[in-house]
Amino acid sequence: MRLLGKLGLAAAACLLLASAAAADTTVKWLHIEVNPAQVKIWEEVARAYEASHPGVKVEMQFLENEAYKAKLPTILQSKDRPNIIYSWAGGVLKAQIEAGVLDDITDQVKGYSDSLTPAALAAFTSNGRVYGLPTALSQVGFLCNKELMAKAKVDPAGIKNWDDLLAAVKALKAAGVTPIVVGGADKWPLHFYWTHLAVRIGGKAAFEAALRGEDGGFAGETFQKAGELFKQLVDLQPFQNGFLGFKNPQAVGYFGDGKAAMTLAISTVYHLQRALAADKVGLSDDKICWFDFPVVAGGKGAPTDTLGGITGWLTTKGSPKEAVDFLKYFVSKEVQTRLAAGNFIIPVVQGADAGLNNSFMKLIAANLAKSNYHQDFYDQSLGPSVGRVVNDVTAEIAGGSMSPQEAAKAIEAARKQGN
Amino acid sequence: MARPVANVSAMGVAKTSFSPLAVRGPSWDGRFTVLILFLPPALLLFTLFVVLPIGEAAWYSGFNWNGFGKPTNWIGFDNYRFVLETRAFWLALRNNGLIIAVSLAVQLPLALTLALMLAERFRGAVALRMLFFMPYILAEIATGLIFSFVYDGDYGLVASIWRSFGAEPPHLLASTDTAMLAVLIVVVWKYFGFHMMLFIAALQGLDKSLIEAARIDGATRSQALRHVVIPLLYPTIRLSVFFAIVGSLQLFDLVMPLTRGGPADSSNTMVSFLYNNGISRMRVGYGSAIGVILFAICVTFAFTYKRWFMRDE
Repeated sequence: MRLLGKLGLAAAACLLLASAAAADTTVKWLHIEVNPAQVKIWEEVARAYEASHPGVKVEMQFLENEAYKAKLPTILQSKDRPNIIYSWAGGVLKAQIEAGVLDDITDQVKGYSDSLTPAALAAFTSNGRVYGLPTALSQVGFLCNKELMAKAKVDPAGIKNWDDLLAAVKALKAAGVTPIVVGGADKWPLHFYWTHLAVRIGGKAAFEAALRGEDGGFAGETFQKAGELFKQLVDLQPFQNGFLGFKNPQAVGYFGDGKAAMTLAISTVYHLQRALAADKVGLSDDKICWFDFPVVAGGKGAPTDTLGGITGWLTTKGSPKEAVDFLKYFVSKEVQTRLAAGNFIIPVVQGADAGLNNSFMKLIAANLAKSNYHQDFYDQSLGPSVGRVVNDVTAEIAGGSMSPQEAAKAIEAARKQGN
Repeated sequence: MARPVANVSAMGVAKTSFSPLAVRGPSWDGRFTVLILFLPPALLLFTLFVVLPIGEAAWYSGFNWNGFGKPTNWIGFDNYRFVLETRAFWLALRNNGLIIAVSLAVQLPLALTLALMLAERFRGAVALRMLFFMPYILAEIATGLIFSFVYDGDYGLVASIWRSFGAEPPHLLASTDTAMLAVLIVVVWKYFGFHMMLFIAALQGLDKSLIEAARIDGATRSQALRHVVIPLLYPTIRLSVFFAIVGSLQLFDLVMPLTRGGPADSSNTMVSFLYNNGISRMRVGYGSAIGVILFAICVTFAFTYKRWFMRDE
């Protein structure tokens, strides 16, 4: 009898444990963020969500950027896949949607989605269906070092068109200053030049025509011209010695160390350069300047057109509904305001930009608000197979091993082969 | 030809386990039982982990596929055509050829010379052997990282040497002219110790009486070396050459941390080319085609070599 009682108790305990375990839902959240300060806030947000939602556990997982991109197809087809994954939208997102590995969350975000910047939400929408939530915007432009610019008597505010930039490079070289630092080994920092020139020369219309294969596609005039202008710059040898061997974090650190006058970078580098500088202090706000990518004479793009990223989060097929619920909480005005106040993001929730307290971040937010055409990075929007060719050929133009015409043709060939 | 009596190299082991002529089983019945017992598990594992993946790669190579979902877009042999039309592929092939050439022309002679010096017993011989063997123990990825710092044109060892001569240091890994050379130097540094160890093992297993006999017959040291020792080492040399070539064809994990195949594909090997295209670009079909081509090259080489040079091993 005593034995039976014990057994019964044990069985009851097992049942209780099992039902408790069943009530728990774990949301696995895979991210690629390397900034510890930002990850810390994310952790706090996750714990806060758990506290207000008993039975839900948010588990953070991390993969380094390149490793993440490489493993993504395998991860998504695994049974043990994470529920929330990072995304740059664009071609990769399109491929994922076509393969059916993502959840359509349109109905779950109905009503809520009105609070988001329309352009940012559009990047995660396909055929009227929403597949993810945006989290941040960024702009590509020139960060500059006030002291070094002054040394060469170059006024950053005066760099308005491409010729101004070339003249500035010449003046900086003459003054014995390295004009521009770039992480050429990663290739994508070099593609900013080519892409932004194409945005300035052809505007939105040229890009969309090229996508449809019209006007010679990416072998057309706009893209050849972009290569030619980029070559003009390359011929002045504006970059630091050995730039093709520099990885991006190294280059950002180099700028933070005050060794070069300019860098064409994503707006987030404004803050990142401090963490990556040798002294971990980098350039203070009063030493750093910014100017938008110069316009090109006769270009069809508007000076307010911007190049940059639209990043966000996706939920994978078969995820618990709590995953979307957590995302909505993560991309809420409250959390976005907090991240904006920390200068980590240009928020996508309307009204959250009130949190921005730094004049630089406010400037970028204003630029993005003015922009009628925000082009997502080509290497993301064109998908991995074509986008990476863009990166390759721009690095080859910079290294002198490919002509602008060959480069344009190579991209068009990749587009035709496609995936 | 003369064979060392107690050959302790891997070759000796291989001989006893694979050559049916070398091992005479007690009887056909006994061997049959062994076959029934031991063949199925081995065959199963081989099929699962070797034959199937290769077959799968060959199957994928016929598709234009990005790795998501099931491949559906069959394009036949187009991927192979695309690969062969790519300049970077031929560059990668050339680089593999360069690595083989340097391995054979620099690495093996260096290893042999050192082995001849260190096989004898003298004070510090063991310490020196370990010293030369050390690079081989180091993980490839770590080696690559270490050398990317050594080669750094701003802070690296190479840069400070250059500066001590008052010259502006080069960025070896950032130039299409020097990146491959820099990789080759690391390859030689990393693997010569391994070949040296093979040679030392073989040298220590040599029948000393043959050398003594030669010396008594009046051969000088160098004549004994040329006509007795080196010929006795041939089996090991052939094995070393085999390892060097197959290893060269598969080189990957040194290249990635050093240059990732760049700049402008100048230091790609076939495997880094495969990785950069098949994985980074998610062109799984295209990458599979490269893999199949590489596999074909390796298999052709392995069988030809075995047939021509290692027939009686």
